Amino acid sequence: METGSPQNTGTTGDGSAEPVWIGLPSGLLRMRRLLLVVWLGLLALGLGLLLWLLAGPVWAAFALLPLALAAWGWVLLGRNWRSWRYAERADDLLISRGVLWREETVVPYGRMQLVEVTSGPVERHFGLASVQLHTAAAATDATIPGLDPAEAERLRDRLTELGEARSAGL
Amino acid sequence: MTAPGVDDAVREKKPVTERRLHPVTPLRRAWAPVAVLIGWAVHDPDQAQRQLMRLTTTTLLIALAVLVPAAALYGFLTWWFTHFAVTDAELRIRTGLLFRRTAHIRLERIQAVDVTQPLLARVAGVAKLKLDVIGTDKKDELAFLGEREARELRAELLARAAGFAPETAHEVGEAPVRELLRTPPLDLAISVVLTGATWGSLAAALVVPPLLWLATHSVWTVLATGVPLLGAAGASSVGRFVGEYDWKVGESPDGLRIDHGLLDRTHETVPPGRVQTVRIVEPLLWRRRGWVRVELDVAGSSNSVLVPVAPRAVAEAVIARVLPGVTVPPAAALSRPPRRAGRCVPVWWRGYGLTVTDTVFAARHGLLRRSLALVPHAKVQSVRLAQGPWERLWRVADVHVDTGANKTVTARLRGAQEAAELLRGQAERSRTGRRDARPDRWMAP
Repeated sequence: METGSPQNTGTTGDGSAEPVWIGLPSGLLRMRRLLLVVWLGLLALGLGLLLWLLAGPVWAAFALLPLALAAWGWVLLGRNWRSWRYAERADDLLISRGVLWREETVVPYGRMQLVEVTSGPVERHFGLASVQLHTAAAATDATIPGLDPAEAERLRDRLTELGEARSAGL
Repeated sequence: MTAPGVDDAVREKKPVTERRLHPVTPLRRAWAPVAVLIGWAVHDPDQAQRQLMRLTTTTLLIALAVLVPAAALYGFLTWWFTHFAVTDAELRIRTGLLFRRTAHIRLERIQAVDVTQPLLARVAGVAKLKLDVIGTDKKDELAFLGEREARELRAELLARAAGFAPETAHEVGEAPVRELLRTPPLDLAISVVLTGATWGSLAAALVVPPLLWLATHSVWTVLATGVPLLGAAGASSVGRFVGEYDWKVGESPDGLRIDHGLLDRTHETVPPGRVQTVRIVEPLLWRRRGWVRVELDVAGSSNSVLVPVAPRAVAEAVIARVLPGVTVPPAAALSRPPRRAGRCVPVWWRGYGLTVTDTVFAARHGLLRRSLALVPHAKVQSVRLAQGPWERLWRVADVHVDTGANKTVTARLRGAQEAAELLRGQAERSRTGRRDARPDRWMAP
């Protein structure tokens, strides 16, 4: 699998060679949940205080609304995180994501124009990085978020290497 | 191909002869100050009139004496500082008066070369040469060149891009053209008349202004809406006829030649293997006559029409030349989505169809105006499967195929199992299909 041997050129490639799926590290889920709790917690606090002072203690119960939202979001984020996975096959990269709106992308290595590793300030604080693949088609939306920086760099190098080996024009 | 870096370095030594554009070029921007003045006058008519009253003949003359030489100087300087040169591997354009810009366009990456002649340029005997390259905008055009020079330059660029030996590239000359199709003006006129959009825009232009007049009784509102509507109606009927008049499609070793236009002539050349998608569009009213329109997508190109109107058999013959080895699948070969897809898209689900041959991925959509898109497997950039919650309930999914021309062809509402197999199968097919695709330099040994 790793060496890209032509083991499944004759067959259609499904079923016989089931891809090895890799999930995302839990760091991404932790970061997203923390952000959710912090922002909605602050909102609940602010709303509660404001309502308490302006309308009375009974109205302050509305501050529970953002908290309920946070609980709901907690579950959603977990489901969304579990749905993300990717697989490196001999000749293409598979990315599968989404719970309600499912989407699965196949990008042949030879079609990659550019592989990007990006990492924002918050992501960096949590030790995360995303890998983004660009092909000549802008509609190709192949991003893997929240990877370990080392894994992201390994993936980038491997994809670039494979892309060069299998490169093809437009 | 063994050591391109060394090769290029050796070639770089040769002196590169730089050339300038045609001397009429400065005049092309002469209309700009006039347009600004007219725009100001239209925008604020009252004040424009008052200002004009205040102007005496002397001030007018002084203004002219300053403006005209300034415009002329600007035009002359931009022309003077624009150079271009053709090297073995690149076209280099150097331009800009204050902000210098140097563009090096790699010739084997050229997707299409257009020589266009707007009406005034035809009078002056000059032409504009435009290169379609992926990822650049309209800036990379050479306007204007002498008519003959433009033609020779196009031949030279294509010869070099094709991989002819650099010494002989400028002697190869124009490749011979074999005409594949020519649209008779009568057919074109009838096809324009039989297009729903023509009548729709005409009806809007005739109905909306009177209604507005009844509602507001304001001349300005009626004019402000009526003029653009009339313009749109004209563009979709007369404009289309004029633009697509005398449409010729030819075949040459350089690739596909498309010539068209009544007032503005355009000559396009699409090198072999650059076509990413071909669409066969069949409007409702054309069906009785058996006519179709063929559109194509080339990466970085703005034009998308291959054949404005032609009988189906002729159009299919042209497509067979454009995409070698491809036969257009007959309507019977297209499989419809399963019946339950009707729960997702009522009635219109019948318009969707899909077939995969060993050369193309073909997907149809539309019920009244049918459109069949063909993507050669070798041109597929990525394959995506998407499924929303409602589609999941009915066990159907969409398969998107992305091409390099930034267009996506979608096979909608396939059965979930079929879609999953299609996803894997298409990735495999596009990988193997690419192996025997032609190289970028199509004439290189």
